[in-house]
Amino acid sequence: MPSESGAISRDEVAHLARLARLAVTETELDTFAGQLDVILGSVARVGEVAAEDIPPTSHAVPLENVFRPDELRPGLSQEQALSGAPAAEEGRFRVPRILGEEA
Amino acid sequence: MSLTRLTAAELAEKIASREVSAVEAAQAHLDRIAEVDGEVHAFLHVGTEAALANAALVDEQVAAGTALGPLAGVPLALKDVFTTADMPTTCGSKILEGWRPPYDATVTARLRAAGITILGKTNMDEFAMGSSTEHSAYGPTHNPWDLSRIPGGSGGGSAAALAAFEAPLAIGTDTGGSIRQPAAVTGTVGVKPTYGGVSRYGLVACASSLDQGGPCARTVLDAALLHEVIAGHDPLDSTSIDRPVPSVVEAARIGAQGDLSGLRVGVVKELGGEGYQPGVRASFDAALQRLEKLGAEVVEVSCPHFEYAMAAYYLILPSEVSSNLARFDAMRYGLRVDEGASAEEVMAATREAGFGPEVKRRIILGTYALSSGYYDAYYGQAQKVRTLISRDFSAAFAKADVLVSPTAPTTAFPLGEKVDDPLAMYLNDLATIPTNLAGVAGMSVPSGLAEEDGLPVGLQIMAPALGEAVMYRVGAAFEASRTADEGALVAPEVAR
Repeated sequence: MPSESGAISRDEVAHLARLARLAVTETELDTFAGQLDVILGSVARVGEVAAEDIPPTSHAVPLENVFRPDELRPGLSQEQALSGAPAAEEGRFRVPRILGEEA
Repeated sequence: MSLTRLTAAELAEKIASREVSAVEAAQAHLDRIAEVDGEVHAFLHVGTEAALANAALVDEQVAAGTALGPLAGVPLALKDVFTTADMPTTCGSKILEGWRPPYDATVTARLRAAGITILGKTNMDEFAMGSSTEHSAYGPTHNPWDLSRIPGGSGGGSAAALAAFEAPLAIGTDTGGSIRQPAAVTGTVGVKPTYGGVSRYGLVACASSLDQGGPCARTVLDAALLHEVIAGHDPLDSTSIDRPVPSVVEAARIGAQGDLSGLRVGVVKELGGEGYQPGVRASFDAALQRLEKLGAEVVEVSCPHFEYAMAAYYLILPSEVSSNLARFDAMRYGLRVDEGASAEEVMAATREAGFGPEVKRRIILGTYALSSGYYDAYYGQAQKVRTLISRDFSAAFAKADVLVSPTAPTTAFPLGEKVDDPLAMYLNDLATIPTNLAGVAGMSVPSGLAEEDGLPVGLQIMAPALGEAVMYRVGAAFEASRTADEGALVAPEVAR
């Protein structure tokens, strides 16, 4: 549960940034921690509304599965799909190592 | 009269009757952009060649007697959040600098099919997060009414292009007010259609359950004409509504006759009063009197949960943002900063270099709101509040055909005033956020100038889901009556 005073610490912001793959700087951490604390203090107001028996809304328009016939349609060519890639090789996306040395 | 001063409807008529060529129309607007955009900075990219090529094609078709859409050859400014295969798409972000999408958004494709000339891509807060365009990585847009002030956001570029007569039509997107608030502060018209009314295919996502593309123009009729071009079911967007598009052009024409008798206009008690600038409140009160004069019955309605809308929005939106923007991973397209040996290190370095502070704040906030231990108290509770806001709307629409409020609590504020205070910036969308949470329709129409600063004020008109026809009718009636008395709002000539 959110703590009473100071919703979010600098360490927490650093942890969240790591989870979100953002290599934030020390200066940013200082700024964001203060700002996010203020924002969280404000949005925590949603907790004041008694809504225990209220169903949540994820989407304003009720969503249903949408089906279409399973037929061939033109899509992007390999060249088009790779056109914006930072690096490509042999018709594929070239990416940095994703597994450790040992794997 | 200069071609750039004409409405889209007037220009389209002249093109169709060969009084003016589409090439002349395009060139006049390209010249105007060259003349003033150095100061306004509404555009991130101008596609001169493609614009003139489209215009030439329309002229050929007109000459050949080909049946064309009602806006064929009319120039338009497209928010840089819709993919365009022939132009860069940056979303105002460094992470997409120079990116050329491999396909057109459905909105882009429909504009092309209608023969509309796309002049270029307009500036915006990065990934549509902001109310001032100051969060664009490419520098802010300046309000044509006062170049030292914000043009609103996130779609400030589109609104400023209209106000500066760089285009008679524009496209925006509205997640929490990004079409309506810029319209209000630039004295232009902006419409957020019902959620699902306009396809999101090829619209780079901010918050998927809230994002909605829509038309921007200088008149209600022009917005209606553009609305009918871009709206309608799209099999490529599974949230797109498979129902007929409301007849908004007809509604706007009927509305312009100025009779609103039999209509009930609900004033939302919670959207006004304290926190709203005196000149905004005065303009709103005058608007209510005008609506009554037009025959409408003005009633007060209460939406008690609207006071929690901003809090719910700033939990739901960042949550969706943190998930949606995970796609910018430096692997498939966009920026890559090759620092570090592993994919994870490259991702983190790229996202750090490619995203601006507001985007980072919202990603971190969303990551927090969705994390276990906090989920129920924040995201879960916000979703329940969302239900209560929808119920407030349903109850209000049982008492009134449309709801009204000021669009934004203030007129355009000076650039730099709120950029370092996120919470103050968020308050600009106080009155526009509820419609996004409930998925209903909303528009902003100019209601005059605020007495204290002489800057434009917007009247917000809200209608139930797929209730755009009545919204356009009220908007057009109000506009016709107001301009007959006070004249259209025209920004001062931009200094050269």
